[in-house]
Amino acid sequence: MRELNVSQITETVKEMCIEANHVLSPDMKAALLKAKENEESALGKEILTKLEENLAIAKEDMIPICQDTGMAVFFVEVGQDVHLVGGNLEDAINEGVHNGYVDGFLRKSVVSDPIERVNTKDNTPAVIHYSIVPGDKVKLTIAPKGFGSENMSRVFMLKPAEGIEGVKNAILTAVKDAGPNACPPMVVGVGIGGTFEKCALLSKKALTRPVGEHSEIPYVKELEEEMLAKINETGIGPAGLGGRTTALAVNILTYPTHIAGLPVAVNICCHVNRHVVREV
Amino acid sequence: MEKKLTVPFTKEEAKTLKAGDMVSLTGTIYTARDAAHKRMAETLAKGEALPFDIEGNVIYYMGPSPAREGRPIGSAGPTTAGRMDKYTPQLLDLGMLGMIGKGKRTDAVKEAVVRNGAVYFAAIGGAGALLSKAITASEVIAYDDLGTEAIRKLTVRDFPVIVVMDSEGTDLYKRE
Repeated sequence: MRELNVSQITETVKEMCIEANHVLSPDMKAALLKAKENEESALGKEILTKLEENLAIAKEDMIPICQDTGMAVFFVEVGQDVHLVGGNLEDAINEGVHNGYVDGFLRKSVVSDPIERVNTKDNTPAVIHYSIVPGDKVKLTIAPKGFGSENMSRVFMLKPAEGIEGVKNAILTAVKDAGPNACPPMVVGVGIGGTFEKCALLSKKALTRPVGEHSEIPYVKELEEEMLAKINETGIGPAGLGGRTTALAVNILTYPTHIAGLPVAVNICCHVNRHVVREV
Repeated sequence: MEKKLTVPFTKEEAKTLKAGDMVSLTGTIYTARDAAHKRMAETLAKGEALPFDIEGNVIYYMGPSPAREGRPIGSAGPTTAGRMDKYTPQLLDLGMLGMIGKGKRTDAVKEAVVRNGAVYFAAIGGAGALLSKAITASEVIAYDDLGTEAIRKLTVRDFPVIVVMDSEGTDLYKRE
């Protein structure tokens, strides 16, 4: 059994919050660059150029890429041979979020209650999804999520008879409804199968998969490529002002489901699809 | 075509702007987003005055990240305008002439834009670091307790926006 003091997790989380909000991952940067080269609309190209400039300024001057530094969403994989000491894991993560958002000049966007709406002033609590895995490490993935795009995300409880055409329709509907609100070019995370909450979780997790990587399931990979092409035919374009770059990627995860159901969740993310992974 | 405009501007100037125009704004604008709009609506419902003179002014739907030392503001890009739609027609009828945000508006907002000869601009969503460079000063003038959602008076220089809905109601998002 490996002992791990949770203070190490607090420190790591703090760094992750700051890094994620200032430096976009190489996969996303490469996708934006490629999109700029391929964009046919003059205005679209100009917007993509500005987004590239924005990334450079964010990194050099340490100004968050987007002012919506998100709600801090974590996927935490805890190795079953790790013994956590020095406090409880959830508090340690939230303390890291507090430190990252306060010391890192990040925006505090969390309210303590959805109706009473009083700002917690340190962006806590985080939204944390745990899983227990083999091994003696703790793997943390942070994906700070802005709400311009989160608000445009959807769950569809389809009938099995609707099949893959129904899934395609659901994805396209969500993207078209999102339009300019979700700050395109988007990354589209899709969860298919499971239950109501499982497909939503899969769609969120799908957003953390590097852009450019595909599902190992052949039909899912094909679906990802087909949907990306279809989405880019909508003409929504960068910032919703026209062009061929409406999405940079469609990432799909699937899970077994019930004989009576075909749940589909579409989690839309803007072009600031932030994710940082660390192992402790 | 690219135009330069000082803010606040007049109704006559607003009329010259057409959907699709790229405009550089220089002057003074005010920030307000969800919570500030709700509070302004409550203030008006009580028959009290708004914390700033809205007539002829421009509201930027934006809540910045905190400023690092020596800087006027942190990251400062637009938020989704549609969440303010419930409150917007009333503010337009009180003389507000411009809005900066991103995303679709309701028909009620469009009607109020046309009725009052106003303009809705989009700034590039998710370009908060870049846009912050066009803001030279920032001062909280009301609702300080709302943190990032407080009302701020911003001084801008060549702040880049695109006209998405002009005073005749032409909507760039709805082009064919």
